Amino acid sequence: MSTHFTEEHQAFRRTLRAYVEKELAPHALEWDRAGIFPREVFRQCGALGFLGINHDPAWGGSGLDYWYVTAFCEELARSHNAGVNMALLVQSQIATPIIGEIGTDEQKAEFLAPALKGEKIAALAISEPGGGSDVAGIKTTARRVGGDFVLNGSKMWITNGTRADFLTCAVRTGGEGYPGISLLTVPTDIKGYGVSKKLDKIGNLASDTAILYFEDAKVPVRYLLGEENQGFAHIMSNFQGERLVAAIGTVAGMDLMVQEALAWGRERKAFGRPILGFQVWRHKFVEHLAAIEAARQLTYHAVDLFERKEYPVREISMAKLFAGDLAQRVAYDCQQFLGGMGYIDETHIARAWRDVRLVTIGGGTSEVMKEIISKLEGF
Amino acid sequence: MKILVTAKRVEDPESKIKVKADGSGIVQEGLKYKMNPFDEIAVEEGLRLTAKHGGEVVVVSIGPKDVQEQLRHALAMGAARAVWVNHPGPLDPMGAAGLLQKVVEKEKPDLCILGKQSIDDDQGQTGQYLAEWLGWSQGTFASKLDSLESEAEKAKAPAIELSADGKTLQVVREVDSGLATLACSLPAVVTTDLRLNQPRYASLPGIMKAKNKPIEELTPAGLGVDVGLQVEVLRMSPPPPRKAGVKVGDVQELFQKLKNEAKVL
Repeated sequence: MSTHFTEEHQAFRRTLRAYVEKELAPHALEWDRAGIFPREVFRQCGALGFLGINHDPAWGGSGLDYWYVTAFCEELARSHNAGVNMALLVQSQIATPIIGEIGTDEQKAEFLAPALKGEKIAALAISEPGGGSDVAGIKTTARRVGGDFVLNGSKMWITNGTRADFLTCAVRTGGEGYPGISLLTVPTDIKGYGVSKKLDKIGNLASDTAILYFEDAKVPVRYLLGEENQGFAHIMSNFQGERLVAAIGTVAGMDLMVQEALAWGRERKAFGRPILGFQVWRHKFVEHLAAIEAARQLTYHAVDLFERKEYPVREISMAKLFAGDLAQRVAYDCQQFLGGMGYIDETHIARAWRDVRLVTIGGGTSEVMKEIISKLEGF
Repeated sequence: MKILVTAKRVEDPESKIKVKADGSGIVQEGLKYKMNPFDEIAVEEGLRLTAKHGGEVVVVSIGPKDVQEQLRHALAMGAARAVWVNHPGPLDPMGAAGLLQKVVEKEKPDLCILGKQSIDDDQGQTGQYLAEWLGWSQGTFASKLDSLESEAEKAKAPAIELSADGKTLQVVREVDSGLATLACSLPAVVTTDLRLNQPRYASLPGIMKAKNKPIEELTPAGLGVDVGLQVEVLRMSPPPPRKAGVKVGDVQELFQKLKNEAKVL
């Protein structure tokens, strides 16, 4: 175990593991088939302090370091339900940190505090039907009319979208390109806001992903998050946390895939011996274990820099790229190893293989990670 | 109301437990440990009672330094403070009860709640010895009338009821024929069965608070208790490995086998 984890981190990990294994994992398949999971899960996690780990204690957080967040992401992998994990991470690490950083006390009281308790569900609304990774091109407009912003447009790929109580939302308040973008906190009980559609994804089934619309939807100017037309930089910095939790969770998920495949391979016999006895598989798993360990150390390095506020875009982008791409190969091999059992949705690996496709697509594609890294490297 | 609860450190049944080749004990390497699940229920019930009636929960554990992990867990659940009886060696139920008796005489609680047994050697005697030696009333195998799915359980209401005058406890016990209800005058010793409550998870804020809660260290010598073993474990051996089952073709064959081979019909 890494030296970054103290006895308190380990105590937190034990609580997380007990909760995830007893309250989440037994429902993994049922919630995937239902396409949703109980709202109560947000409240339970809020009450146990899982949503506010590194948030300001003034608003219900615990004000702890990022290694506690790391333990949270790692233990969540044991739920065997990537949809639930994604929903909880959007709630706690993706849609809300920016409110803590640049929100007014009024916004923190109205949105952040109840989100950390799990009482209000949060969503981050940036991508649109016209584009995801190209944030500078967003088209949803917010015109100032008197004391209000009037919103028009559409948002797509929005996690927690069908039942979010509020959005951390990117809108165009100025001209073309990145300088015209602002962030707003948008409650979803306003006139002119609605859910167009719940998307039928191929993975992360228990998480609701939606298309949202605004049709002359009004929010008061006090819901502006940070300064007007300064949203782009905040969105870019917010992506770092999103990509980091994705990388950590992916590494933990790969580890579980391999451990469960190994357990299977010790028991399952073919041609008179356990299938793990075949050298071709043992070597393949050793290669994966070595690569997973490398991914973990790169990710921990990024966490370490992030925890020291060094804004490690390079390392975080590399960690997400490396873990995301590796996970495709690990999931493929573990599934292949299980044969027919790996092709039915009752097995963990079948669902993990399906869910893991998202890692190279969501939160910035692998191609976008490569563009970022190539720019940082100066070529 | 002051309540003393126990938190024994036991081998986690999820880890693979192997008996040493020479039968002198179990293989310690790679083992995980946790709080005895019956003790977790005891801690939970104590916390619910003090939440309702006021007072504090003090948690006790006996063992080497490692038991502080279980004490911290009980503190993270909400116990106010902890007592650690530092005793690294083997202990039998009479030794444990003798140490607890001295801790009780020092702490003077109104109620002691213990797990009915610990899941390592399952002896199930400590609570009864303790009550007898203290001369207190006892309610063993405490359970609840409602199910663990009931509204009362969801509301985290205590299953052990305190009378209006605060002098008597009503304890529902699991007995062979069903449930029996006892009235125990305080002070009392209660031991918990599985269906008393569902223990809470330690919250993150609870874990951080536990860090600063006091753990008092005591020793058998300091308490004046001779913990020399009166029951000695001579040898351990694993149960025989389970034999493979057989497949039967139909109900008729099953019936014949149950009747003629197993002789249970």
